[in-house]
Amino acid sequence: MAGYLDISYIGKTFDTPRGSYAALQECTLEIERGEFVSLIGHSGCGKSTLLSIVAGLTLPTIGGVILDGKEVAEPGPDRGVVFQQHALLPWLSAFDNVLLAVAEVFPALGRQEQRDRTMHFLEIVGLKQAAGKYPAELSGGMCQRVGIARALAMRPKVLLLDEPFGALDALTRGHLQEEVVRIWQKFGQTVLMVTHDVDEAIFMSDRIALMTNGPGATIGEVMRVELPRPRNRRALAALPGYGVLKTRILEYLYERHAVAASLP
Amino acid sequence: MERVRAELLLPLKEEGRTNAERPKGPPLERIGPHPWVQTLDALIMPLTGFLALVGLWALLSATVAPSLPSPAQTLAKNWELIRQPFYDRGPNNKGIGWQLLYSLGRVGLGFALAALVGIPAGLLLGLSSGLRKMWDPVVQLLRPVSPLAWLPLGLATFQAANPAAIFTIFITALWPILLNTSAGVQQVPKEYLHVGRILKLSRRKMMIKILLPAALPHILSGLRVGLGVAWLVIVASEMLTGGVGIGFFVWDEWNNLSLEHIILAIVVIGLIGLALDRLMLWAARTLSYQPTRD
Repeated sequence: MAGYLDISYIGKTFDTPRGSYAALQECTLEIERGEFVSLIGHSGCGKSTLLSIVAGLTLPTIGGVILDGKEVAEPGPDRGVVFQQHALLPWLSAFDNVLLAVAEVFPALGRQEQRDRTMHFLEIVGLKQAAGKYPAELSGGMCQRVGIARALAMRPKVLLLDEPFGALDALTRGHLQEEVVRIWQKFGQTVLMVTHDVDEAIFMSDRIALMTNGPGATIGEVMRVELPRPRNRRALAALPGYGVLKTRILEYLYERHAVAASLP
Repeated sequence: MERVRAELLLPLKEEGRTNAERPKGPPLERIGPHPWVQTLDALIMPLTGFLALVGLWALLSATVAPSLPSPAQTLAKNWELIRQPFYDRGPNNKGIGWQLLYSLGRVGLGFALAALVGIPAGLLLGLSSGLRKMWDPVVQLLRPVSPLAWLPLGLATFQAANPAAIFTIFITALWPILLNTSAGVQQVPKEYLHVGRILKLSRRKMMIKILLPAALPHILSGLRVGLGVAWLVIVASEMLTGGVGIGFFVWDEWNNLSLEHIILAIVVIGLIGLALDRLMLWAARTLSYQPTRD
């Protein structure tokens, strides 16, 4: 138990009108500092719930999460979350959305320093020009960039990405994946990302945690992505290791743990 | 046979033309009628509607409803009132402008009180499911009651007509404001609250920075509905309480059997109601954010 982020024996049971439903069971994962780990599984398997537990937004029924030696009991700015649907406040401009986070997390900074920090992170995600625009005036990809800037600007110990590219078109998705990898390398940020896209997981991650299907979903296998960085999407596909890894993941997801459609 | 084929080919040839040799006509980008035709349309159609109404009125008063004054009669008899809306000849004889101002004052006061109580109460109900379980049946029971039923209670409590009318307006406007605020708070997307929790916002900041702005469009639409109903109810409640006000004016003119003045009052009440509604709509557009595309 020496990881930077320790997810230990997490179980989550939901109370439904038809009795209790065990969504997660004994999920255990250790993540090193600076590591990029993806959590992959079929939709509805509970991977987003697990991420939400790490964020502290959902309480586990059993088990616990330890980040940098401290137990996670509630949400906090040491775990920056990038939501699937950006979750920007629509009545604030891109700048003010990020500034709200900066001002809350760094109240000791002067007003000007807070504004500088906000602009700095908008610049990192390439949105300096659009700082004054409102979420409704930005494309989905740009909103997601603002969300990333907001999460990064809190200087979190771990960045939690909840299917951050799921709602984007393929081209934008590719660009943003590269950008997140670049930012991750630049900051030495620890990242836990939930995804259902195998190519995305391989392209971005150091390790990929595969989740089995619910009920009682758990982390079945963790695979290390032994591909050199910086990774180039086209060159990557040609590497022999890529195909082998992808086949292994797909095999795991689609054959050994295919969606049990016959269950009630 | 040969000729028919030649004719069929003709349109194809025409399509082959470049833009430069296109036959003269309106530019391609203009779709729909000419702008001034559209303006005329927007003016003429409503005007035709009003003319039809006046025509129907004239027809009715000339045929089946002889007690209904004709449009010409109405205008002639109201001319003084329209020309001098703010004359003041003692407490029982004031111009129609004064009557309206008194009514607007009562509506404004009752409505402001309703907002002052309804918005905070709605916020609390929206936030707490326990409070909702407790108060929802009460609200559901009282909401369908005509606000005028509360008027005697107001009269008995305040021993005066004016506060009783204001109290009635307060009750009228309270429900839509309360219920809309509560619904608005309940419909705030979970993600916004998650953002607040991650930033560890205090309860106060959560309210000011997240909940209120997110619920604002709902709150404003509640205020708009509340003001609209308040303006509906003021006429009836003033008819019962008396004093100076457009409702009492209507009642007084009925006692004078001056239907022409009542028709004027109807038109003016409608105009003010329309203006109030537009005002609230404008406030909602200016104050709150536009809903997002997703």
